[in-house]
Amino acid sequence: MITTKEEYAEIVDAYGKAGGDKEALKSREIATLVVHENRVLSANQAEGIRIKWEQKEKGVRAELTVEAGKKIKHPVHLCFGILPKEGLQEIVLKVNIQDGAEVGIIAHCIFPNAVNIIHKMDADIKIGNNAKFYYHETHYHGDFGGIKVIPKAKVEVGKKSVYQNTFSLIEGCVGRLDFNYEVSCGEKSITELVAKVYGKKEDDIKILEKVNLNGREARSLIKSRLVLRDKARAEVIGETYGNAPLARGHVDCTEIVDGEGAIAKAIPIVSVSNKEAKVTHEAAIGSIDKKQMQTLMARGLDEEEAVKVIVKGILK
Amino acid sequence: MSSANMLQIENLKLILNGNPVINDLSLNVDKGEIHAVLGVNGTGKTTLAYLIMGVNYLPDGGKIIFEGEDITGYPISQRAKMGITLAWQEPARFEGLSIRDYLGLSNELEIGEIEDYLWAVGLPPFQFLDRAVDTSLSGGERKRVELASVLAMKPKFAILDEVDSGIDVVSLPHIVNGIVKMKSLGSSVLLITHNEDTVEIADRVSVMCAGKIFRMGSPREMCQWFRDNCQICGHINVPG
Repeated sequence: MITTKEEYAEIVDAYGKAGGDKEALKSREIATLVVHENRVLSANQAEGIRIKWEQKEKGVRAELTVEAGKKIKHPVHLCFGILPKEGLQEIVLKVNIQDGAEVGIIAHCIFPNAVNIIHKMDADIKIGNNAKFYYHETHYHGDFGGIKVIPKAKVEVGKKSVYQNTFSLIEGCVGRLDFNYEVSCGEKSITELVAKVYGKKEDDIKILEKVNLNGREARSLIKSRLVLRDKARAEVIGETYGNAPLARGHVDCTEIVDGEGAIAKAIPIVSVSNKEAKVTHEAAIGSIDKKQMQTLMARGLDEEEAVKVIVKGILK
Repeated sequence: MSSANMLQIENLKLILNGNPVINDLSLNVDKGEIHAVLGVNGTGKTTLAYLIMGVNYLPDGGKIIFEGEDITGYPISQRAKMGITLAWQEPARFEGLSIRDYLGLSNELEIGEIEDYLWAVGLPPFQFLDRAVDTSLSGGERKRVELASVLAMKPKFAILDEVDSGIDVVSLPHIVNGIVKMKSLGSSVLLITHNEDTVEIADRVSVMCAGKIFRMGSPREMCQWFRDNCQICGHINVPG
């Protein structure tokens, strides 16, 4: 059995390999939380931020509060992961961004050796008025694909607030992803949900993003970028409901199929219940654009190199 | 073939839907030459560019010879590796690909060199290097980026397909400057256009109509001939 110190060193190492900033985890000025399986291995509070946690049998319950009016200079770094091949991790996360606060969170979820792992995230995010909250979540999975990832969130965005969420799963195999976010947008708020996923082998991807534009002049963008190879499958549902005067929403989905057995599906649902609201959508699903390929090949790239450049750009 | 010849096209033919889009066309471009192909819309200029680059079509007859080698059946990448490239009339857009990376696709370049190529087409590097080659660029900006990327490739032979069309009067001198720089760096250029102002920088001009080269001469002579014959001609968009 490894000690907590060794365990911490191993997960920090994996965090670095997944693109995380290892130095940030050592800084006293930066709020951090590192969780392996159901154990909190390290946590640091910072001025204006309170992090509480509780270890549960199958995971961790954490609560992050940013005090009213506090503008946090350095993003909070979160690291969740399981290093063994098998395991279950349930994270219950409650985030409260109080009025006028500004904060960013950089989260890395790392499962480099996954053979039979379930990772669940159940988040309840409340963003007050005139606040800004950026959440960037990057996943790093191994090549086996033996993982089921189930991130769910309910988000409330207050008046004149900004919420930006980016979910990125482009390293290793996805395994099975069941992503489900629902956002309620207040008056003059701005919401942007971005999901970037690279599906390979037998990956099974389901993304559901739902935005309710409930406040006057609320604005939103749901943007999905997926590339599917081999026998990967994906279904992306982007829903936006314009329920208030002058609300504006847009759903933008691009899925590229780069393999004989891959299947991509996009279902945009746009609905307006207020005569002054407007919601639009666009979806492009199919193979890699022929003209893009020819352009890159005319610069001397071979077909495989050209595909890599295009895919890298889309998932960037 | 003369030792000065870079590209030699012999009796090229392409028939689409029964129509001879390229009709027994022959053309030579010398090393270090800017050779303009002048013609109204629909005469087959872009199709000629595609045939030389190996894009979309293979000819139904004739030969394309590059530096003495018959490349008629070669794929795009092979032609590009030999030093041929194409600036597209309507360049593709690339999400997430920065201009810096786009210009560095063909060669490993120092940042200073990439900046020089952007300056050559009138794009200040500090404003453009990190922008994406996507829909946020205007049409004119995208065309200038395309020209800069051709410069960055340092090709032996560049086909410029109407890089001057849809360009405002302020941007046009930057395009012209980029083409002149290309020649000064040793590239041969096939400049496809229907803009007489751009044609002035060419060494020779061929007038194209209905898939054929009708006449070749100096820019002044050919512009006059073009005005007197092509702009009033009923052959527009009539193949053959």
